[in-house]
Amino acid sequence: MAIFYILLFFMVIAAIIAVETKDLLSSVICVGAIGFGGALMFLFLYAPDIAITQIVVEVLGLIILIRATISRDHTFLTGDREFFGMVVSVAILLVIFLAGIKVFETLPPFGTPIFAQVPDAPSQTYIEKGLTDTGAANLVAGVILDYRGYDTLGEATVLFTAIVGATVILRTRSRKRLEEPDA
Amino acid sequence: MKGMTIIVKTISGWVKVLIFLFGIDVILFGHLTPGGGFAGGVILASSYVLLMLAFGREFVEKNLPIPLASKLDCLGAFLFAAVAILGLVFGGAFFVNFLYQKYLPGQALHLVSAGTIPLSNIAIGLKVGASLFLAIFALSAFRKDFQRPDAGGDGKSPVAGQE
Repeated sequence: MAIFYILLFFMVIAAIIAVETKDLLSSVICVGAIGFGGALMFLFLYAPDIAITQIVVEVLGLIILIRATISRDHTFLTGDREFFGMVVSVAILLVIFLAGIKVFETLPPFGTPIFAQVPDAPSQTYIEKGLTDTGAANLVAGVILDYRGYDTLGEATVLFTAIVGATVILRTRSRKRLEEPDA
Repeated sequence: MKGMTIIVKTISGWVKVLIFLFGIDVILFGHLTPGGGFAGGVILASSYVLLMLAFGREFVEKNLPIPLASKLDCLGAFLFAAVAILGLVFGGAFFVNFLYQKYLPGQALHLVSAGTIPLSNIAIGLKVGASLFLAIFALSAFRKDFQRPDAGGDGKSPVAGQE
């Protein structure tokens, strides 16, 4: 249990540094530290599927961010924060914090399975009948590709649409420029 | 876009194969071990990102041409939808696991098991890998051309060459 508090403390510190630092490269590295702390947390919570995905996506995103950061001229932020914006965001965070305390009081304690509290929860069905229903030894694969196939279809559609849009928008510009004689 | 030194090129040429094989392993055994189509696809894409960082963009474009990558992307999306529609045709409902329930039950904990789940994993892996590769390639191509106008009149700006 203590490991979660240590990891959480580490991630909160990294998040504060990522927001507060003036150097963009340090900020990106701190964002990576948050992600890897999250991956470690998933690993300690016995969720290796999510941990693998988190690590891999984190590495890829970090590479892109670092590559976008170090090839710029000035990576230091200058100027102060806007006072009004800071007040508004602190006020909104305060409201969310107070509402969150109310919400988290109703949740089951950390580490308690939801089907211990709600007998008819679907997770119990998945764990009991997952292997005979789907034949997949990895229950997560059984859930996301058999029980909850529509979710995966929607996710794949979202990714497909996003990539089509990104490539179309980014490609027209670069293709026009590439027709110019290359230096 | 000349890439890095010869040490980095040699090492990443070997490591890229291992990363690619690991991605294929994660995809193919997604229904038995942790992992699956999404994580494996991202690993496949990251092997090409390593190649892009080490060798430069032109080398990767020769290795995996952009039209081929977009065809693979569409093929993955089509395969996933096709598996779902085949469930409608053969099993009576959209997304039903018809292979496991009717034709090929397989043996639990073996590679050939779980019916359509490995097929869906392969389709998603193909799709995610190709589309993330396309996204990163488009971003890299965009950034280089985008920086050229404000970098000054000379075409060889020191900023654009850093890869």
